Parts: sequence; structure tokens; C-alpha cells
Amino acid sequence: MSNPPSPSPTRWFKALRRTRLGEPCLRTYPLECVDLLRRARIAFQAGRTLKECFRLTQLEALVRMLEEHECDFVDALGRDLHKPRFETVVFELITVKNEALHAITNLKKWMQPQPVEKNLSTTLDECLVISEPLGVVFIMGSWCNPVQMCLVPLVGAIAAGNCALVSPSEYTVHTAELLHRLIPFYLDNECFHVILAGISDLPEIVELKFDHIFFTGNKEEGSKIAVAAARTLTPVTLILGSKNPCYVDQNCDVATTVQRIAWACFHNAGQSLTAPSYILCHTDVKARLVQALKCCLMEFYGPDPRESRSFGRMVNLDIFGRTRDLLWRSGKVVVGGQVTEAEKYIAPTVLTEVAESDPIMQQEVFGPVLPILSVNDVDEAIAFINKQEKPLCVYAYSTNSKIISRIMQETSSGSFCSNDCILQSLMVALPFGGVGACGMGSFHGRYSFETFSHRKASLLRGTRFECVTYLRFPPYEDRNLSLMTWACALSQKSQGWCQIL
Amino acid sequence: VRHRCAGRGRLARLTCRLWPRPPGRSSARSAQRAGLHVTADGFPGQFFRLRRAASSSRFRAVQSRRGDAGTDGRTDGRQAAAPDCRCAGSAMSAPAAGEKMEIHSQMVERLRAAFRSGVTVPEEFRRTQLTSLMSMIKDNEDQISEVLHRDLAKPKFEAVLSEIEIVLNELHYAISNLARWMQPEYVSKSLATKLDDCFIRREPLGVVLIIGPWNYPLQLLILPLVSAIAAGNCVVIKPSEVSGATESLVAELIPKYLSQDCYTVARGGAEETKALLENRFDHIFYTGSQAVARSVVQAASIHLTPVTLELGGKCPCLIYGRINIAAAARRLVWAKYFNAGQSCVAPDYVLCTKAARDALVPALREVLEEFYGKEPKESPDFSRIVSDRHWTRLMELLKKTSGKVVVGGEADQEDKYIAPTVVVDLQGDDALMAHEIFGPILPILTVESLEEGVDFINGKEKPLALYVFSDESSVVKTVMENTSSGGFCSNDAIVHMTLPGLPFGGVGMSGWGSYHGRWGFEEFSHRRACMLRGWALERLNGLRYPPYSSEKLKWLRWTTSPHSCSLM
Repeated sequence: MSNPPSPSPTRWFKALRRTRLGEPCLRTYPLECVDLLRRARIAFQAGRTLKECFRLTQLEALVRMLEEHECDFVDALGRDLHKPRFETVVFELITVKNEALHAITNLKKWMQPQPVEKNLSTTLDECLVISEPLGVVFIMGSWCNPVQMCLVPLVGAIAAGNCALVSPSEYTVHTAELLHRLIPFYLDNECFHVILAGISDLPEIVELKFDHIFFTGNKEEGSKIAVAAARTLTPVTLILGSKNPCYVDQNCDVATTVQRIAWACFHNAGQSLTAPSYILCHTDVKARLVQALKCCLMEFYGPDPRESRSFGRMVNLDIFGRTRDLLWRSGKVVVGGQVTEAEKYIAPTVLTEVAESDPIMQQEVFGPVLPILSVNDVDEAIAFINKQEKPLCVYAYSTNSKIISRIMQETSSGSFCSNDCILQSLMVALPFGGVGACGMGSFHGRYSFETFSHRKASLLRGTRFECVTYLRFPPYEDRNLSLMTWACALSQKSQGWCQIL
Repeated sequence: VRHRCAGRGRLARLTCRLWPRPPGRSSARSAQRAGLHVTADGFPGQFFRLRRAASSSRFRAVQSRRGDAGTDGRTDGRQAAAPDCRCAGSAMSAPAAGEKMEIHSQMVERLRAAFRSGVTVPEEFRRTQLTSLMSMIKDNEDQISEVLHRDLAKPKFEAVLSEIEIVLNELHYAISNLARWMQPEYVSKSLATKLDDCFIRREPLGVVLIIGPWNYPLQLLILPLVSAIAAGNCVVIKPSEVSGATESLVAELIPKYLSQDCYTVARGGAEETKALLENRFDHIFYTGSQAVARSVVQAASIHLTPVTLELGGKCPCLIYGRINIAAAARRLVWAKYFNAGQSCVAPDYVLCTKAARDALVPALREVLEEFYGKEPKESPDFSRIVSDRHWTRLMELLKKTSGKVVVGGEADQEDKYIAPTVVVDLQGDDALMAHEIFGPILPILTVESLEEGVDFINGKEKPLALYVFSDESSVVKTVMENTSSGGFCSNDAIVHMTLPGLPFGGVGMSGWGSYHGRWGFEEFSHRRACMLRGWALERLNGLRYPPYSSEKLKWLRWTTSPHSCSLM
């Protein structure tokens, strides 16, 4: 279990058999991954990625790729998720582009060694924290935002000077193939590779021993990845889906609230890690909220959302079937509820009278279904939120800032946003990540850079001043000890300027 | 019944603030005497038996009754100073016995309840706990040096320097910076979010587990504890059972000084640790060996628990170029034979040219004699190996090596003593080069050039620390830029880990995550992105809503085109 698996005959056999069965031929087999990993490792060890100019060129190429192939991305995502052009551009392309531009602007600053405060014994030395790349990292994106979830971490990995293998989700075949085709044209062919692997192959690939693993997706797969990474002692960053609560207070602007929630909840047909999964609303406001949601959905998607060009579809029949079953088995439908299997279409649906024990409240839902639960006051809402596993995001809508800060302080989640949804996860300056059951580690902007860097503590001393150093050498004398403890005590009073001499 | 603090915020906070006040010096001393008596029979074997017994219901009843008495005593303690002493006494005997009875899951549940009640969040609470941790170290300095001497024959000087002062320093640093660290960090905003508040809050993770090693049984256990307390977590502390005396002392002192609701000590060997790891923690901080780390990480991955690993590795020491050999030898010998080489950051082997080696060996011999005298065994300044098992392992390495022992080599199993030893003329595939040595044996390998040295280092797993001795700054720079390691120090060793401003942690096979000072605080905190938006500018917001149109998209593109803007 300790050794990373080597390319064994069984693997060869597996690969051969798969090919003969005539599965989609565009597929990277673990064996090829071994080869790609080796190539990336050689390139890394040769120090290709260390230079700032190399990283900048790669980032600029990435931006160019997004600009030149906007139509291809829109087309691929349209085929995979029926994603409207608007959403593709806003959520996938602009986000990644911003991220890359932010990295380009700040790269020099990030790469600079940071000096730290010194103490008496090191005043003449240099104390630095140097960010150095980890090596070859493995990035697995979720199918919810296939471009964003692959490329935003990739920007961080490039900026930090790593080589990377990127695995877009197999659910979004067209996008994955597009990335697989485009990236070699723009990025360095030795350092960065896109692989097309099935979800079941991922743990096996993880065990090939990378230097860092970055995974976004759902919890089941995430735990498989974590277990596989643990076998090879690899650090992981996990961003996992969860049930994100959204509290709506009785004091709020219902019309605006509803617009913001509906937009967040039904974009990409609800397939998002950060979309609110259920509304906890104050009993007083519930009727108004449901009414406003009805109007809002009508305004957004028209009388028949199936006809709307602004509404997406489920990614595949599995997810479609799962969501439909959840929808049918819980609560009462007040808006929507129509499904069309042939189109993988589920209408924007609002459920009421949902019990906590209903299946829709028990599982992760990636779909346009929004259950509304009511609570009597904010305490009950907080208690409800804290009873569940820690979510990725908590949202709260209220005009009363006391209520907002109570929810913020008394709950725990990956991130928090008041009076809006999702936006906190798109900000370049804010870290986005999970805590507890929804993952570990964070990314975006500077935090991606840090996730993919090791901070090396460096102390550069001279060999002079032996006269001070000698105090610490044996044979130990009490006189020296008291001198040193005295110096320590002195330094503690004046903010730690001295320790071991 | 078992946990009274959980439900009531105010009262719990009050009692906890009052409770952790350390007892006065005289009462502490008498309590210690009694405590030593209690811990004398606290061996892991018995612990195991008792743990099994604890599953019987009769036992549980006794336990809950005792727990009750404990909390009652605590609330009484508010009324007068006298009951405070009594309460300290009863609390001390209760955890020693009560702790063994407590099944791990119950213990974790108890801490979790305390965490949920929010007692650990206020700054004063953390500050009080850190202060009483400081008085715990200060009040018991002599006892600490004594137990360290019992475990590792650690000289007092080393104990004070590497275990006590460093912890006190960290505590001072944490206490004086705590308020600043806890501040929310505001981030730069984009055009679209100009009117909103965007900041990062540092939030505690919950119940964390800290597993300490035996080589610096106090330092490497208490330093992460300082960070965890500063970050506002509840902590299960698991000292190493190999350094038994220190384990007992920690188990005895912690409940006496720190809040018992939030911090607890778990004792026991490998079996107990395994059982302990079956519980869900919010973070695990492990310091120790790679083999155990693997099982810790695997156990953690089941619950998706983040782990910080502080492992060892073969820390190379490269000597190259123009150099004052005498000074280098002194610093090298000090670092290598400090604590008899049982430090995770001790230089593991030396790489130098043939010429440098020929100068180095006599210099090492001379310095060793100067430091430890002609007979290091007689020297009070030289530690012993921690256990028979490790002694045997080291002696086997010495037997297997094909190198030539030029200094030292003597050993005494009775005393668990191995003399400071230097081995030369060995190959890269020698037995001594296979794993971390962790003992007073220093192999010296020769390389022809700097490139060869760098290649040799890069051919091995990434070490926890890397040392270069050279007066030429170009050599230092080359090595620093072309190698990777947890920490880096030129012209000295170990010292880089004493600065609280520098992160301490490994990379690759020497672990991940870092601590010390602010870095430790961050390690035990969750950085929660918070965005507080207003209700204004809904017209502008409307740009992002369906039905989508290319007109809207054009506007959105325009507003997001400046480099610092994400999304309307």
C-alpha cells in the first residue's frame, strides 16, 4: 500500500480491453497518465516553470485561448448543459479571465520573498519566507462549471510555478474534449496536460503520486479521492458540494431578494456548488415570498421555461433521474415541477411543506429545485443550520444588520454572503473553500497561489559573530543559561526581539 | 448532566473565565505531590484494562456522578477562594481517574458540546487560557526539566532552551498578537462591490487533535496547542507514550491549569491512538514518523478531516566553498548532537568535497572533545536514546554500514548511550542513508562539485530542513534556488525554527502545513470569506438576470473589463 502502483500487466490489459469494447476513443488511460506525469515531472525538475516570465507567458496564453475561442466554449457548453451564451461568458470565461489577469498583475508581488521580523540574534541575518512550487499537481474539475472549476485552479497552479495535469469532468464531454484539444496549442506541452478520465479512474490516477491534489465536485467522489490521496500521503484541497442554507428574514425587500435568489438558484439549471439549496424563511414572509418567486420566474423564463433560451438542462440522465426522484418524493410543488426526460429538462421548481426528513433535504441536489422551509425566528434558523453538516455557503437576507451579523457569527460555513448569493465565490480577492464536511483548503487569487506553493522558511546567516553564538554550546554553564533566559525575558517584554542566541 | 456549560452561554463563560485561574504556588506544590502519586500507576497497560471496564454501566454511573461533583465544585468555587483549592484538588484526582474511564467518543462529544456553546470564541477566554498555560510552564519549570531528564537524560540547559523558553516565547508572541490576528481582514473590492463589505474572518475549526512526538515531548506538543488555543479551538492532546514521564506530567498539569471543558489529555499507546482516530475531529495535527503518519492520514480521510503533518526526513547539510571550518564544525556539532541527534531538524548527513572532509573530521573531533570532554558518557551535557528499541535500531545501522567510524562508536545498552559518532567513506546506498537516522551518528558523504551535491539532494525525498555552510553567497543562493525543503538555513542549523515569524513545516514527504506564530494560528483557523451586500443599485444588478440578451452581456462585459472587477 505504501508504494505507488507501477504500470503492471493488468493495467495494460485493462486498457486494451476497454479499447476493444469500443468505448469513446478519446480517453486517457492510467498508463498514459503515468507517461504524462513522468514528462511533467522531468519538465518540473529541469526548472522550466521557475521563471517569472515563463509563468506570465502561460497565463497570457490562457487568456488568449479564452478570447480567441469564446464561440467554441459557448458551443461546447451549450451542447453539454444547454448553457446560455450569457452564462457561459459570465460564469466561465470572464471569471477565469479575471483570475488570470489578477494573477498576471500580482505575480511579481506574490513571488517576492517576504521578509519577517527578526530578533536580536538574527538582526544581521536575512529571514525570509520564500514561496516555491510544489511540483506536479492534479486538478479535477466538477461538471457544474466545467471551465471555471478546471481553469481557475490551473491559473493558481501556473502562477505558483507548478506543472499540472487537469482532468475535466467526463460528464461534460464536449467541454472536456475542447480543453483537451485547445490547451496543447496554447500552454507548454511538457508541463501542462489535459486528461480525459472517467470518475472511476480518478482514484487510481491520484495514487500515481502527485504533489498536490485539487478536487471540486460532490462529496462521495471527494471522499474517494481523499482516501486515495491518503494512501500516497498527498496533500489535498477539496471543494465539495453541500446543502447551502439561505435565510430570509421578515424584514427584507422581498422583490429584490427573490430576484437575487432565483437568479442564483436557477442559473445553469441549478447545477452549481454555490447555489442556495433551500430557503429558510420567516413564517410571516413565506406567502409573499412564494408569490414573488412565481412572478419572478415568470419574468425570468417566461410562461414556459422550456422555451426560454435563458434556461439550461441537466447534464445527463443519471443526474436528471436522481433530481426528478427527489423532486417527486418530497414536499408540495407550488411552481414548476414539469419534467421532460428526452430533453433532460426539469422546470424551475419551488417546493413547500418540505419536512426535514424528506429525501430532498438529506442529499446533495444539483438541479433547479428549491425547497422552502419556514422557521419562527432567527434562533430557530441558526439552530437548524448548525444541526446540519457545515455547508459551503450560508446566505442571509435581511435589512436588519443585527440579524445578518448574528447569522454570520453563530454559524460556520465555507463562505458567507448577505443579501446576495454566489458573488462571494466569484471575487478574486476572497478565498473560496470549504470547512468540515464540505472540504478543506481554499482557492481564488492569492489563495490559489498559496494553495499551490510551499512557504519555505529561510534564514541566511553569516559565520561571523561567533562570540555570541558560543553561549549556546556545550559544556553548558549555568551562567550562559541565565544570560540567555535573561535575554529572552527582555525580548518578551519588548516584542520578541531575541531568542536563542 | 455531564456537561453543564454547554447549554448556558453566559454562566458557562463566567465559570470558565473564573475556573482556569491557576492555584497558588503552595497549593500547587501539594497538589503536584499528590499528582505524582496518582500518575505513578498510570501506565498504558492499566489504562487499556480500565477502558474496557468503562463500558460496563456501573462504571459509567460512577463516572457521571463524579463529573457532576466536579462541575458543582466549580460553580462553588466562585463564592470563595478557599473552595477553589478544594476544587483544584478534587479536579486533579478526578481527571486522573476519570480520564481513563472516559471513552474517547464521549470525550470528543463533550468537547464538541463545549465548542458549540461558544466559550472559546471570545478573545478574553483565549487570552486567559494562554496566560494560564504560561503560568503552568513557569510554575513547574523544575519539574519539567526533571521529567525530561528522566525520559531522555536531557541536560537542563537543553531542556530550558529547547522546551521551556521556546514555548514561553511562543506564548508571549501569541498573547501580544492575538487581538491583531483575530481582526477581520478587509480585501480590495471591485467596482461592482464598492458599496459592500468584503472581508475574511478567521473562525475556529472545532475540536482538534494534537499528537505529539517523544523527541521534544513538551515543545512539539505545546507549540501547536498554543496555536490551537489562540485560534479558539477545543483540543484533545495526545502526548507520546514513549516519553512516559513527560506524558504523565502533561496529563496531570493540563487539567489543572486549562479549562477542562475545552482541553483534555488522552493517554495511551498505539492501540489507543488508533481508537482515538476513529472519532471525527475537525483538524488533526500530527508530529512524528512517516509510517504512523500514513495511518493517521488514512484514518482522517474517512471523515474528510484536514491534517497537518510534521514529519522528519533526512536533512542534508552541504559544506562547500570558502568556509571557516572551525566555526562550521562547532555549529554542526551543536545542532547534530543536541538531544543526542534526536531532533527532526537535526542535520542528518553531511555532503562535502574530499578536501573539506579531510579538514572537517579533525575539526569535529576537536569540537566534540571540547564540548563533551574525552568521555562523552560522563558528560552531563549529552542526552541518551529514548528507548531500547531505538537504541537497537541505531546500533544495527552502525553494524550494517559499510562506512568507516572515525569518531565515537562506543555504546552502552544499559544506559541507552551511543557516543557522538562520525562515519566516513560510505556510498549513497548505505544502510545509514536509507532512512532518517534520528540518533548521534553523522555520516559524511563526498561529492565532487556543487552540482553533484544539489543533484544528490534532489534525488532524495524533500527534507524538513536543508543546511548550507559556505561563506560564498553565490553557493548559498544556488542551493537555495535549486532545491526544495521545508526550511532552509545557511551557516547554521536548527536556529531557523526558533523564530516565531517564520513558518515551520515540511513539504512533500516531510509533511505539509506549517505552524509557529501567525502561521499556526492560520493553520487552526478557517478563513471564511464574507460579503455583506446592500440593497442598493438593483438596476445595475438587473444586468445579470434572465432573460439574457446580448445587450445586457455587452454592458456586463464593459463593466467588468477593468482589471479589478469580477461581476456585477
